[in-house]
Amino acid sequence: MKIGTPKEVLNGENRVAMTPESAQQLQKLGYDCAIETGAGLQAGFTDAAYEKAGVEIIKTAAQLWKAADIIAKVRIPTETELKRLTKSKTLISFFNPGGNEEGLELARSKGATVIAMEMVPRISRAQKMDALSSMANIAGYRAVIEAGNNFDRFFTGQITAAGKVPPAKVLVVGAGVAGLAAIGTATSLGAVTYAFDVRPEVAEQVESMGAEFVYLDFEGELDDGSASGGYAKPSSPEFREAQLAKFRELAPEMDIVITTALIPNREAPELWTEDMVKSMKRGSVIVDLAAEKGGNCKLTVADERVVTDNGVTIIGYTDFPSRMASQASTLYATNIRHMMTDLTPEKDGKPVHNMEDDVIRGATVTHKGEITYPPPPPKVQAIAAQPKKEAAKELTPEEKKAQELGAFRAQTKSQVTMLVVGGAVMLLLGQVAPASFMQHFIVFVLACFVGFQVIWGVSHSLHTPLMAVTNAISGIIVLGAILQIGSGNWIVVVLAAVSVLISTINIVGGFLVTRRMLAMFQKS
Amino acid sequence: MLGQGFVAAAAISASVLFILSLGGLSNQEKAKRAVWYGIVGMAVAVIFTTFGPGIGNFGIMIPMVIIGAYIGYEVAKRVGMTEMPQLVAALHSFVGLAAVFVGLSAEMERARVMAVKAAGGATEGFSAFAALVAKKAPDELMFLQIEVVLGVFIGAVTFTGSIIAFGKLAGKVDGKPKKLPGGHMLNASAAVLSLVLAVVYLSGGGMWPLLGIMILAFFIGYHLIMGIGGADMPVVVSMLNSYSGWAAAAIGFTLGNDLLIVTGALVGSSGAILSYIMCKAMNRHFVSVILGGFGGTTGPAMEVEGDMVAIDVDGVAQALEEADSIIIVPGYGMAVAQAQQSVSELIKRLRAKGKTVRFAIHPVAGRLPGHMNVLLAEAKVPYDIVMEMDEINDDFPDTDVAIVIGSNDIVNPAAQDDPNSPIAGMPVLEVWKAKQVFVSKRGQGTGYSGIENPLFFKENTRMLYGDAKQSVDKLLSLIE
Repeated sequence: MKIGTPKEVLNGENRVAMTPESAQQLQKLGYDCAIETGAGLQAGFTDAAYEKAGVEIIKTAAQLWKAADIIAKVRIPTETELKRLTKSKTLISFFNPGGNEEGLELARSKGATVIAMEMVPRISRAQKMDALSSMANIAGYRAVIEAGNNFDRFFTGQITAAGKVPPAKVLVVGAGVAGLAAIGTATSLGAVTYAFDVRPEVAEQVESMGAEFVYLDFEGELDDGSASGGYAKPSSPEFREAQLAKFRELAPEMDIVITTALIPNREAPELWTEDMVKSMKRGSVIVDLAAEKGGNCKLTVADERVVTDNGVTIIGYTDFPSRMASQASTLYATNIRHMMTDLTPEKDGKPVHNMEDDVIRGATVTHKGEITYPPPPPKVQAIAAQPKKEAAKELTPEEKKAQELGAFRAQTKSQVTMLVVGGAVMLLLGQVAPASFMQHFIVFVLACFVGFQVIWGVSHSLHTPLMAVTNAISGIIVLGAILQIGSGNWIVVVLAAVSVLISTINIVGGFLVTRRMLAMFQKS
Repeated sequence: MLGQGFVAAAAISASVLFILSLGGLSNQEKAKRAVWYGIVGMAVAVIFTTFGPGIGNFGIMIPMVIIGAYIGYEVAKRVGMTEMPQLVAALHSFVGLAAVFVGLSAEMERARVMAVKAAGGATEGFSAFAALVAKKAPDELMFLQIEVVLGVFIGAVTFTGSIIAFGKLAGKVDGKPKKLPGGHMLNASAAVLSLVLAVVYLSGGGMWPLLGIMILAFFIGYHLIMGIGGADMPVVVSMLNSYSGWAAAAIGFTLGNDLLIVTGALVGSSGAILSYIMCKAMNRHFVSVILGGFGGTTGPAMEVEGDMVAIDVDGVAQALEEADSIIIVPGYGMAVAQAQQSVSELIKRLRAKGKTVRFAIHPVAGRLPGHMNVLLAEAKVPYDIVMEMDEINDDFPDTDVAIVIGSNDIVNPAAQDDPNSPIAGMPVLEVWKAKQVFVSKRGQGTGYSGIENPLFFKENTRMLYGDAKQSVDKLLSLIE
């Protein structure tokens, strides 16, 4: 079968869905590869490079669509492109099936199979083909770079001969893939980075990237993202209020704000209001990664860079991945290649469209003349649901004190009971036992106490040496044999002699093996 | 000949030295010094007692000491660290047997002294112990007999129990729990019968009831330990350790020797604490371990979803190359495959590449408390990267790769997630929180407890089938 990649028709789109490298891998799967002439040029891949990788160069788009059985591209296909599909063809691309009913209908009527890259379910196995994540990663990185381009100060704080420079403060709203990439980039440039997300469980990830998680003073039920495949859900009005109040408090201090909050198939939520922009310092920069869906800031103009009256730059570009076409193409082509690997289990160049497979089923939006969108929920849950944590009730100081006192009393009670019982037993024993026994008994009880105290301090890693050394010293029973060996009874002498023999083995063997073991414990 | 005063002084210093010797095991460096305290203490005790009053038959004693010392030296020199559990069990059996012999001898000496006294003979010229017995009042003699019974009983249980434990650990006896028909009722009736015989003995029954008690106790020790197996062995060995101490203490009472009492009590409490720690690490009651087998489940086990996904050595090598922090969880399987040297070489190479590599040791990993630590130490793994469960469990979420080598139940998430699991509530190493988990395992079977391990089915877990040593060796060839 032949996989073909046409040149992207959308103006300003520089990416390409096949690279020479990915083509080589696809050929290993048994496919022939073809590309429209000049398709990779904007991303830095010349026709010559493709040819070298064994890719057939096809002159026009029409010819390519005709020749290829599987068409891989980046952007949502146009009507013209969709009309070129036939029953035997498969299209792999971004498709936006949720908001592209005409496109779906057209593809269905043509009988073609369409795999929408944004529909790849978010499960671990499918990460390697998750193009949304790989593109979001680029967008997050590029957002910080664009912000830096428009920000006329250092990111990192410096103390120079010419004076002290404070570090830039960056706030990242939404800690998804793009947000985390932005956090990583900002912190490695040296900025003081803060991050916020409606899903409190991502705080750990945020902190692991070196940013500070902004917590809200909000009491009430918070949803975790696990039920929606790791994506955020709309939040309650009270929560939104608390969130905006927090942002209002932060706005005057922040130099750079990067908003990445998107909810699948919805208008982007407004998180950075006009008054927040007004309260920001002159020269501050806002990068709105949600610009395509209306923006997290209402002042954002999609695909434009605007400067407000108070000197705040707002960047609303929607083509961040395309601005890094080479990198983005490499990653996207790899995602496609992994998708093909899953579709070709036999590596024989023939795709097997297994609709039982979670990933393939999820991503397929039309198949055999039917619309298969939306897919049923995947069998494997994307992210394990967080067990509901039983919130420990905050105790008032008085309650705490009472509790401690109660525990202390209970402890005292049990200790006293044990002492009384123990004392009574001793008393009874003292009544019947001879004095000489009681003397030894005192020694015994004290030795037990000392033993318990000492052994608790032994390091866990030395438990084997402990056993060996106790083996050795329990060979002390040799003393008993020594005391008896001088007996006049020959049986006693024999028994004592054997006892001396075996206890000496114990003593010598035990101590030597302990020493051997301990000598092996070396510090690095 | 040294006087009684010398012997008593020696006993005091030996006791102090033994306590210091055990206390020194609180850390690795101090321990190296502490073992010398023990050796000196033992030398002092033996020499001063030997040259104390009333000791004879040096002609027999000294050759025995020399032969014993030679055997001990050879054994200690040759034993492999994987064989430590067997060695420890074997040494316990010696203490048990010596306790039985000393107890029996004590009874014979008592009978002899009584006979001489009854005949009105002179009580002069007895050996040390007989002289002591001769001075005792009737009620003291009664107590002496009780102590003899205790010493012989505990010693005998320790003896056969340790021999069976030795056999199981050395693979000479089948490791699976086995019981004779009648199960614990047999043990209970043997114990009751011993009690009856003890009463007969105390009321002047002489030697035979005592021998009867010994034989019954031999049976109890045998049958009790036959019924316990596999991963419960650490508890068994600690318990026998404890018993050997109590046997020595009981004999100490018999002989009226404080040094024996002190040492026996120290060893006894040490073993008891080890047993307690082991039981706690398995979240099981001591009694249920001793009675053997896992308790029944309280409901159906949770359904395990997903598949076991296998991976080859290349995949593991690549993941290791990319990882920054790695935690290795070794278990008994590593010891069985003798993979510790290869593992040590592997971590040496990984550490040379600047990766953080650590070991996580569960308290009951292996067949002896602290067994893994010793094996790793032998393979020259520095002890400061070998962590206890409590020290390292919180670090798994920040770990790139966790490698499980030959352990199963101690990394089973069902202990936390499934209240119906037989191991529910047992503290486990939370390896599944690492970004990626590799499990080196011989086949697809379950562990000692026979419980399915959901870890193997997790999304981030990959199974590396095959012998642990061969797998690690192959990894070594891929990681320069």
